[in-house]
Amino acid sequence: MTGSLTRKLVGYLGAALVLLVGWQLLSWAVGSPALPGPLPALAAFVTSFATDLWPHLLSSARRVLAAIALGTVLAVPLGLVLGRSPRLDAVAAPMIFLTYPVPKVVFLPVLLILLGLGDTSKIVLITLIVFFQLLVTARDASRAIPPGSVLSVRSLGAGRADVFRHVVFPATLPDIFTALRIGTGTAVAVLFLAESIAGRTGLGYYIVDAWGRLSYDAMFAGIIGMALLGVALYEALEFAEARMCRWTRVGR
Amino acid sequence: MAGLEVRGASFTYRGVGGDVAALDGLHLAVADGEPIAVIGPSGCGKSTLLLLAAGLLSPSQGEVAVGGTPVAGPRLTTALIWQDFGLLPWKTVLANAALGLQVRRIGRVERLERARASLARVGLGEFEDAYPGELSGGMRQRLALARALALEADLLLMDEPLSALDALTREDLQDLLLELWLQRRHTSVLVTHSIEEAVYLGRRVIVLTPRPGRAAAEIDNPRMGEPGYRDTPEFYERCAELRHLLAAEGAVGGGPAVDGGPS
Ligand SMILES: Nc1ncnc2c1ncn2[C@@H]1O[C@H](COP(=O)(O)OP(=O)(O)O)[C@@H](O)[C@H]1O
Ligand SMILES: [Mg+2]
Repeated sequence: MTGSLTRKLVGYLGAALVLLVGWQLLSWAVGSPALPGPLPALAAFVTSFATDLWPHLLSSARRVLAAIALGTVLAVPLGLVLGRSPRLDAVAAPMIFLTYPVPKVVFLPVLLILLGLGDTSKIVLITLIVFFQLLVTARDASRAIPPGSVLSVRSLGAGRADVFRHVVFPATLPDIFTALRIGTGTAVAVLFLAESIAGRTGLGYYIVDAWGRLSYDAMFAGIIGMALLGVALYEALEFAEARMCRWTRVGR
Repeated sequence: MAGLEVRGASFTYRGVGGDVAALDGLHLAVADGEPIAVIGPSGCGKSTLLLLAAGLLSPSQGEVAVGGTPVAGPRLTTALIWQDFGLLPWKTVLANAALGLQVRRIGRVERLERARASLARVGLGEFEDAYPGELSGGMRQRLALARALALEADLLLMDEPLSALDALTREDLQDLLLELWLQRRHTSVLVTHSIEEAVYLGRRVIVLTPRPGRAAAEIDNPRMGEPGYRDTPEFYERCAELRHLLAAEGAVGGGPAVDGGPS
């Protein structure tokens, strides 16, 4: 456990070093104040974090977490049930096929008008995006469960609820985690867009505001904050998956 | 009481590519505590027979009864064991062994106690925290057996449980199956591709005809279960008899061809 943690830490430090060196070289090559080197940017991040950055980081984190939680809680049960019930699926599948490919982000203006410039519109938009990605994944994954696994549990006398608890949910969990990790990346990106367009809170606002004031160090402090938010979410999912899907890491 | 009675059972699969009659008026009676083996070519309806007996399918005609009661769904003390899929890869060995009891709402303490006892009985006591993916094929089938034992099953339905194992492991598991039967005297229906396995583990061996399945012939094998039976001339005679029967049914062209891979 500690061994793998150290290895992970060393890996992260190595990767961070490569990125920082690359960043520095790129900054020298470009030679523009819009791309400061990592040292001034990190210094700006540290100084502004304590003063004006952290409330923005907090509201961004709150929005994206709420949206991911809401999208997951709504989409996963629905997707799993649809995948296991051909009759319900026959009704829902055309709806999903028509709505899934529509980029939800285009509804941003509509949501802003209807729900205001505050948290609600942003959370609803990101929830929509996470919802559809997870719905499609959960549905497909639960359709792909080998009938034999279900039959084996049914032969033990399991009812529908038991089949979901012992087979459908655990069997699809790895796929759901993969979709969540991909969805988290999209969610942070859309969060930036929504915050940069409307409202006066959040990292998206902070970045665009600093840009407008030509305060490039502050702008980079915001960018670093957004990157850290994405990394933290990704790592949290990685951690949860390692705990909940231990079986995928054995015997290989 | 867990005798199995199949009275003129037929079953037809309704598929996209048309209907397949898997069983056609099959008659079969297995006495309480009797171990039988069922052998026949691929596709003759052996698996279908077990699914009917387990209550997972209902016959389109005829009747299936266990212990004198018509089968209407999964029964509390029937265990079905098959080659793949029986184990859940996301559950530990202990949780897999206890799964049947959990589904039956047996309390946690009793459940784990019974599961541990049956794991010890099949020699998996030290592996309770492992996952099925970490076990060898033979150990996985031991685990499937442990689950049946934890249920205190009085009817064991086994669908080619050992056909994916190498020869040595297979003999080990055959010995374990025999030992358990000698101790517990449960009713046992073993579907197998192997002539030797059928004669080693079946007090009667039923031969099914190719599609649709009907019981074509059977041989009596009264000395099954005696110590060292596998090395007696009588054992070889029974195997030869069975091989000729199968050849006569057109199931094989003679020789050990039946002893092929899984269907
Ligand atoms: N789910 C199914 N749908 C359609 N046909 C099936 C299905 N399962 C089995 N069959 C057909 O029924 C026949 C009997 O199958 P099965 O009982 O599995 O035979 P066996 O176990 O003896 O090989 C075969 O012809 C097989 O193709
Ligand atoms: Mg079969």
